[in-house]
Amino acid sequence: MSRLLAALFGRLPIGWLQLTHSKGRLAAAVAGVAFANVLVFVQLGLASSMATATLRPYDFFNADIMISAQDANALTEGGNVARQWMFQALADPDVVAATPIYIGMMNWQQPDLTLALLTFGIDPNNDAFIAPDIVRKIAPLRLQNGAIIDFNTRGLSPDVAASIRPQSPQTFEVSGQTVTLFDTFQGGGGFGSDGHMIMSDQSFLALSGGRSAGAPDHILLHVASGADPAVVADRLRGAISDQSLRIRTYAAAIQQDITYQSTQRPTGVIFGFGVVIGILVGIVIVYQVLSTDVADHMREYATFKAMGYGQWFFLGVVLEEALILAVFGFIPGSIIGYSMLSGMREITNLPIVLTGTMAFQVFFGTLAACAISGALATRKLAAADPADLF
Amino acid sequence: MGNDALKVAGLNHWFGTGEARKQAIYDFDLTIARGSLTILMGPSGSGKTTVLTLVGCLRDVQEGSVQLLGHELHGASRPMNESLRKRLGFIFQAHNLHESLTAEQNVMMGLQVHGLRGPTYTQAARRALELVGLGDRMTYLPQNLSGGQKQRVAVARALVGNPDIIFADEPTAALDKESGVNVVRMLKELGRARGTTTVMVTHDNRILDMADRILTMEDGRLIKDSGSLV
Repeated sequence: MSRLLAALFGRLPIGWLQLTHSKGRLAAAVAGVAFANVLVFVQLGLASSMATATLRPYDFFNADIMISAQDANALTEGGNVARQWMFQALADPDVVAATPIYIGMMNWQQPDLTLALLTFGIDPNNDAFIAPDIVRKIAPLRLQNGAIIDFNTRGLSPDVAASIRPQSPQTFEVSGQTVTLFDTFQGGGGFGSDGHMIMSDQSFLALSGGRSAGAPDHILLHVASGADPAVVADRLRGAISDQSLRIRTYAAAIQQDITYQSTQRPTGVIFGFGVVIGILVGIVIVYQVLSTDVADHMREYATFKAMGYGQWFFLGVVLEEALILAVFGFIPGSIIGYSMLSGMREITNLPIVLTGTMAFQVFFGTLAACAISGALATRKLAAADPADLF
Repeated sequence: MGNDALKVAGLNHWFGTGEARKQAIYDFDLTIARGSLTILMGPSGSGKTTVLTLVGCLRDVQEGSVQLLGHELHGASRPMNESLRKRLGFIFQAHNLHESLTAEQNVMMGLQVHGLRGPTYTQAARRALELVGLGDRMTYLPQNLSGGQKQRVAVARALVGNPDIIFADEPTAALDKESGVNVVRMLKELGRARGTTTVMVTHDNRILDMADRILTMEDGRLIKDSGSLV
């Protein structure tokens, strides 16, 4: 390793030799960096799962434009939209199809737990708005109170989920009425519900006392082939007299929802802070390790300074140490972080994933944190006369 | 460049600030010829080490002129100081070896500062260690060397870069008589062979007879100059 680093740096690998000279201290330093890595990994995993969970219901549909109430910051939030605006939107020459969607929570009461299901009421006859992987399962929705359920619903055992088939449906009660589950689809637990359920708009309205067919949660539109959804949305904003409505492209609605979840919802803000705190903890740990190391070798560094070595040399040595700590800390940190996220995914059924991009971000973030800490640790050395350091 | 390795005129130095400010060096004048071995003596606290660090580029000159190898140190820039330090060799009372480096690697540091790399410089480091009698201790870490052996590694490190001037602060303090005499003899021979100048602070009376010149300091002042003893 010494020879490899010597070839890499073109000089004696002082940082490596210094770190490995005190194995106990090296182990503690690596453990500290790994700990900071785990913190960041877990927070990033949770933050990304929030984005994934937010995005997932949008994937159930296929639309170009979405009309929502003014306070509909998220798919599941906000008031209703008068269905009359759907007809007005259809008057636009570039709007070729429209459908209302209805959203609400329904509970599947089981003996020992209650599953909270985010339920979508859709028009099964307007299947162009349904995602391809779901559309082939929606035929039973035409039956009264027929539904399909999220295979990954938290609390729903895989065996039970697998047994829900058209030939072996399962039933449960909502508001005193029987709901029949005919099939499953791939969704995933979220932060606000255990899973998802899709039924016809008629079944949804029948099971949701007080909801009116004339007041869906959102209206989805398809534009003509070749038409720009942004341009059509712009035109609709001028044509629809209710200026309080949010008329956005479907892509913009998704993006705004993610931004809202990560910057305004408590969970998003907490996860964001978690990432920042993880990085700060990492910087503090590495700074502590490196500054202690510099202090402990001050006489030797002063001797090198007296021999004519300049500040770049010392910065290079400390950055070499920072690089080594970053690499050595990242390896166990990523393994532990990945294991913890996998465990959390198993327990919560949240769509927690550790992507290559995240690992890349954490590694280079660690490297940057280590480099900053290293640069800070050499400040005293830079300012002092060698004679004052002996 | 003249024949003087070092020329000091009107050097004054203070430590501390405000009311705690105390003068340590008073109107110090000195000229040292190239290739000579000069010993600086005096009681503890007389300012010997302070003078050594000032003329050796290890401390900023506050007042007066110090011309080292023809370059004025008063107001010198950091790059100038770093460049001059590469032409010097230091031997400290505390050997100041790097604890994580072997004897050979410590000596290599004296070459690496000049940008030297590769097998040639490894060979040079080994030769320097053999010169101080440590050919069989090259891969030893300082913790496994005796005090005298550590000091000899420090001497090898100072000599390996062929410095123009060697500044040595009590280099024989940790050595037995024979080792001490050997180290000073080696420095003297270098002066003869390579024209290396040596300025040495010492209390060690055993080596005085090898000096070309002996200076005595007291209370921050140069009180006695033997002149050339050669």
